[in-house]
Amino acid sequence: MDWIDFAIIVAKGGILVNAMLIAAAYMVLAERKIAAWIQNRIGPNRVGPWGLFQSFADVFKLYLKEDVVPAAADYRFHALAPVISIAVAITVYAVIPWSDAVEIGGRMISLTMAPDMNVALLVILAMTSVGVYGVALAGWSSNNKYSLMGGLRSSAQMISYELSMGLSIIGVVMIAGSLNLVDIIRGQSAGAWNVFYQPIAFIIFLVTALAETNRAPFDLPEAEPELVGGYHTEYSGMKFGLLYLAEYANMLASSAIMATLFLGGWDIIPFLDDATILGLEPGSLPLVLLQHGAFVGKSLLLVFVFIWIRWSLPRFRYDQLMNLGWKILLPLSLANIAVTGTVMLLLNR
Amino acid sequence: MLNEFVWRCIFAANINCSPIHLYGYMESYIPLMVMIAIGLLFGVSNIVLAEVLGPRRSTREKLSTYESGMEPVKTARERFSVKFYLVAMMFILFDIEIVFMYPWAVQFQELGMYGFVAMLLFMVLLFSGYIYVVKKGALRWD
Repeated sequence: MDWIDFAIIVAKGGILVNAMLIAAAYMVLAERKIAAWIQNRIGPNRVGPWGLFQSFADVFKLYLKEDVVPAAADYRFHALAPVISIAVAITVYAVIPWSDAVEIGGRMISLTMAPDMNVALLVILAMTSVGVYGVALAGWSSNNKYSLMGGLRSSAQMISYELSMGLSIIGVVMIAGSLNLVDIIRGQSAGAWNVFYQPIAFIIFLVTALAETNRAPFDLPEAEPELVGGYHTEYSGMKFGLLYLAEYANMLASSAIMATLFLGGWDIIPFLDDATILGLEPGSLPLVLLQHGAFVGKSLLLVFVFIWIRWSLPRFRYDQLMNLGWKILLPLSLANIAVTGTVMLLLNR
Repeated sequence: MLNEFVWRCIFAANINCSPIHLYGYMESYIPLMVMIAIGLLFGVSNIVLAEVLGPRRSTREKLSTYESGMEPVKTARERFSVKFYLVAMMFILFDIEIVFMYPWAVQFQELGMYGFVAMLLFMVLLFSGYIYVVKKGALRWD
């Protein structure tokens, strides 16, 4: 690795963060527009045509807001919590396989920052675990009863669902024989997508992803009628903005991970080889761009599913949430591994 | 490649395990380090920027803890339900056992029937512990 390689990595990091910011801005707008559509309202329509610049107006407003830190709060951890949340959310973007590699000037260039990291899946799980610290610290440091309850609920919920999430991935790893996300995509690109082999794991992962990102129907940490705003009750200004941004960044990241693990990643046509069908050379720029588009399309489709679920389903009660996580999803995902192993050995593949 | 190298490094004396060689295999982690740095920088710089740009007109009332418009009663640093500790403890137990399954899942096709039966035994043990926990009522939330 020389300095040019390092510069390329830093540039890719910059591009990914900026792309994430723009995507998050439009996801917020999409969420509000889709909510309005589902509830038969108009939604934001004042800032720009169809409210297209609404999110940018919101961001500038957040910069100019006063940052209120309650006198009783622990101001160091109060400031640290949003930094942890957003740093963890951004770090996950390094291992997501955004595109295949193209040879430019003797170097293999791809939008994926770490294409040959062989523990990518473990990094994602590790980052999910660290993300709990942001929420727990935000809740505890505010020194507010609502925040504390929200933070506790959220951390208990996130660690409970992390178990089923980790177990649901194992079936995919068994089929792919690798923890590298690029390898997992390559394993799917000629044959069937993993969702056809692992439908139960896909559903478990979708449910746990909703819980991990604290989205409805698992948004108990910020259940408005009982907890005001949950762990971000005492946050204002840009610190609140960062917590909010981290939520949307996590939503996009988990959609992209779901697309990678279960929906064939950048593979355009299931069951068939893209390159031969489209008549393009494997590894050529047009094919890679098309595949990148397919990957982003799949991720955004899953983001739409997230938003759709939020505005359609009511919130769980806390005991229902815990029962679902521990008594249904955990045994189900263990059974899924046993069945996967048996079938794979019987079919001898 | 990574595993192979470390493996040989630990168990064979005749291989050069100098930091330069190790650096070669640590290379795949550099993007991750860069992204962690970018993430931390992004968070800190945004908070500092908002601090600079935003007004600062604090009053005693504004800085008091929010409690739905009431005068705050005592502090939030109080004891809370022991159930949360229980969930955290059980998470650690189960998570450590799940971590064992990843290397096995990667090598599943090579290990074949022997590995599968061994993991099934492990899963039966794990599941009997789980049933004990459920029967004890550790997951009852009412």
